[in-house]
Amino acid sequence: MTLTETEVTKTIDARGMACPGPLMTLIGAIRAGAVGDTFAVLSSDAGSKTDIPAWVAKARHELVQTVPADGYSTFIVRKAR
Amino acid sequence: MDAKIVILGGGVGGTLAANLLVDALGDAATVTVVDPTGMHAYQPGFLYVALGQANGRWLARDERTLLHKRVDLVIETAERVDPGTRTVRFASGGSIAYDYLVLATGARLVPEQIPGFIGAGQEFYSLTGALRLREELRRFRGGRVLVGVAGIPYKCPPAPVEFTLLLEEQLRHRGLRQRSEVTLLSPLNRAFTVESASKLVQPIMEKRGIKLSTFFNVEAVDPTKGTVTSIEGEEAEYDLLVLVPPHRGQSVIEASGLGDEGGWVPTDRNTLQHRTYDRIFAMGDATDLPISKSGSTAHFEAPIVASRIVSLVKGTAPKASYEGRVMCFLETGDRRATTLRFDYTHPPVPPRPSMVWHAAKWMFNRMYWHTVPQGRVP
Repeated sequence: MTLTETEVTKTIDARGMACPGPLMTLIGAIRAGAVGDTFAVLSSDAGSKTDIPAWVAKARHELVQTVPADGYSTFIVRKAR
Repeated sequence: MDAKIVILGGGVGGTLAANLLVDALGDAATVTVVDPTGMHAYQPGFLYVALGQANGRWLARDERTLLHKRVDLVIETAERVDPGTRTVRFASGGSIAYDYLVLATGARLVPEQIPGFIGAGQEFYSLTGALRLREELRRFRGGRVLVGVAGIPYKCPPAPVEFTLLLEEQLRHRGLRQRSEVTLLSPLNRAFTVESASKLVQPIMEKRGIKLSTFFNVEAVDPTKGTVTSIEGEEAEYDLLVLVPPHRGQSVIEASGLGDEGGWVPTDRNTLQHRTYDRIFAMGDATDLPISKSGSTAHFEAPIVASRIVSLVKGTAPKASYEGRVMCFLETGDRRATTLRFDYTHPPVPPRPSMVWHAAKWMFNRMYWHTVPQGRVP
């Protein structure tokens, strides 16, 4: 699967970053962003595959797409409210 | 002609980089640290002040005493950087020119961004806040304690977990534990950002009856109702509320157009150069790197920045690369601690909490002034 034509407001390259980690950085970006902003998070942390969708669902934002690549995944998340 | 190197910020990173630069360059450069206060604070100590385990006296030193005598110290507030003319303007009206600039400006606390925080919420991220919380804790006679995080990114990711564990211990020793409910409001779906550390910490919390509320990122405080709400849409009641305040980059970064929307400097993860201006470097809390904002990060970044600037001044190709190295302690209470050591390619594997690591942390607290700023700890 490849990235669809989503206009990304900000890309967060959190590959190899254990602390504070990809999800924490995404939460920070969403807090600071505006409704409708879209964030791409690159994460090599296996936990992100469950953590990021779980938080996005709980906080009622939108997981637009998850794109696996060699050694990492890209999560496209839109701030929905 | 001498290279002019200006460092904004006399914290861990700025001080260490300045000392390393004069050591390596001697007469080939003038190195100036610009700091608004001229006082160097040991911020990890604030936690212990809040808990009544330390007084404020050992937390601050005159920055001049930590700098090599060849480093110039200018006590001014930097107001604006102009990368075009390579000058830094001071709030007082003066200015300084640079060939290379290091942004080691740290973070600033902005509790006003959370409605209700000021007045109702306690914090231990400033010396004033820590002293106020210490008095609040002395008066505390039991009730619902909430410890939470009101903004991301924040300095020292283990701090809220440490504070929760150490506070629970204190309440136990004071005979107030039975009358108190201690809850950690975690921004994530576990107690701590690092999963391996969470696996060590959560059983300890469970054993001590500390509650964990997950995916709770504080949005607002209602002092009249005594409640706190999260951006995820939940609410919790408190008698004592301790929050990590929201952080932003310093005003000079924002005023100069050198930062992102949070005031953090867009920084290359390996070269630590500004992603637009190659004569500007950044380190520590000031960067936008999604790694720990901590003294340890600045401590390991400073030699990389210094080495790259030395190469540029000497006209050789810079080789030093920051690989994400961080090392920190995590106090778990009852005189035990663990340690987190990691880099971009090696996730942390924290050892079981022990008295050895607790002793190591306290030794570090005491030795800091004589080792880290001078570059005596590799």
